[in-house]
Amino acid sequence: MKLYDYILSPSCYKVRLMAALTDVKLDIRPVDFHPGAEHRGAALMDLNPAGSIPILEDGDLILTESSAMLVYLAARAAPEWLGSGTTEETARVQQWLSFSNRLTTSLGAARLHEMLLRPGDITELQMHGIAALREVEAGLVEQGVRGMRFLASDRPTVADIACFPYVALAPDGGVSLDPYPAIRLWSRALRSLENFIEMPGIHRLHELKPAPYIEPGGA
Amino acid sequence: MTHDAMIDEWYPVGLFSKLDAGGRKTALMGEPIDVARDAEGNARVTGGNGRPLPVCVRYGHVWSSLGAPQKALFAIPEADQAGRRFVDVGVVRVRCSPLRAVENFLDIAHFPFVHTDILGAEPHTEVQNYKVEIREDEVWATQVKFYQPQAAKSASGGITTEYMYRVPAPTCAVLYKTCPPRPGEWDVITLFVQPLAEDLCDVWPWMALYDDTTTLTDLIHFQQTIFLQDRSILENQIPRLLPLDPGMEIPTRADLTSVAYRRWLKRHDYTYGAQLVAQ
Ligand SMILES: [Fe+2]
Repeated sequence: MKLYDYILSPSCYKVRLMAALTDVKLDIRPVDFHPGAEHRGAALMDLNPAGSIPILEDGDLILTESSAMLVYLAARAAPEWLGSGTTEETARVQQWLSFSNRLTTSLGAARLHEMLLRPGDITELQMHGIAALREVEAGLVEQGVRGMRFLASDRPTVADIACFPYVALAPDGGVSLDPYPAIRLWSRALRSLENFIEMPGIHRLHELKPAPYIEPGGA
Repeated sequence: MTHDAMIDEWYPVGLFSKLDAGGRKTALMGEPIDVARDAEGNARVTGGNGRPLPVCVRYGHVWSSLGAPQKALFAIPEADQAGRRFVDVGVVRVRCSPLRAVENFLDIAHFPFVHTDILGAEPHTEVQNYKVEIREDEVWATQVKFYQPQAAKSASGGITTEYMYRVPAPTCAVLYKTCPPRPGEWDVITLFVQPLAEDLCDVWPWMALYDDTTTLTDLIHFQQTIFLQDRSILENQIPRLLPLDPGMEIPTRADLTSVAYRRWLKRHDYTYGAQLVAQ
């Protein structure tokens, strides 16, 4: 399974992360996105007329949408990541998979503008980014009331992986995560998953320091 | 404040390979500038009021200055060695002082914490003794040794890497590091920083390496990964500007280079992006 990949792309990272969590081995083909703009070159445009990455190739199957890639990896290797299959949960997974695109076009575009000098109206992008973050925060709080820690279920699903990278990288685009306690808890829960992998800007959880030792019986 | 000596220095303003006739609108020390390729294929830099600015093309980049540079751009002799690969890593914008970007590049103590499992790893966090000196009016740190799990794309396992750091200009740093496939030679990794404002810069990393096996894209991704790990830290440093008052931050052994760099900046009146103590 071959992934056309850019190390700094949150959408590519979604696929790398999903593959790591479901123990699928990817054959990584690095794309010179910046500064080379290889994704706009003839070879990759042939593969994906949209001129975007990631692209996932598995035999005859060519996928150019990261949400579809997450679903493909989960369906193949770890169906529990698709949710429990109840009506409501299935709909919630789909809701957040589609919603994730709003994070890409707001927070993702703000990040490209602030970091790699891509054109865009930064104030507008950040405003849409904040609106999207508030929806994620509200969604997580509501899930908490239902007794669930993740966006669509009580366990992580493809919906979480679809939304997590652009949310976690919001500060790269000049949008602070300080006002969102539920997002911070959710991010911790995802980062502590077994086989979690990092990308630049998204750090692993460092081992917690042992609790300070207090001398017993002191006066 | 008197005339800042940094005005007469050379700064990177773009990749030569990416220039076009349409021009690239950018800024240098607060002044809007335009960097374009003219009809003869030469680089042309124009200042805010349409005046032509000094130009030189070197190390893959176009260089310019708002003032009148007194000397040629610093030399990197390795840039003329046959057999090296020259890598334009591309621009990354960082909301920090240009001087802070250089200072972070000089700091090796952060490797195990920021570049975990690439340039450093816990528990190998100790910085051994090294030497800092001023050589021909440049800051040099030599005999810097550090254990690294994967020091370069061409290194397959952990090794103790030796480094030399050099600051030949206020916003440029050159790193020399042992070159796994060619013992005896140094790989060259630079950080060229374009000061857009006192708290905003475009960083242009560039490399001159002996590595015949790794693809160009892999080399670019490796360097971008490392730099992007630094970016979030740089953007959160307080104060934004680099303090040049030695009392403000307490140096440790790992900071010797940083201390020398700050003193050197102060001595030369290189203060664009610096925070000075109130007189
Ligand atoms: Fe660093």
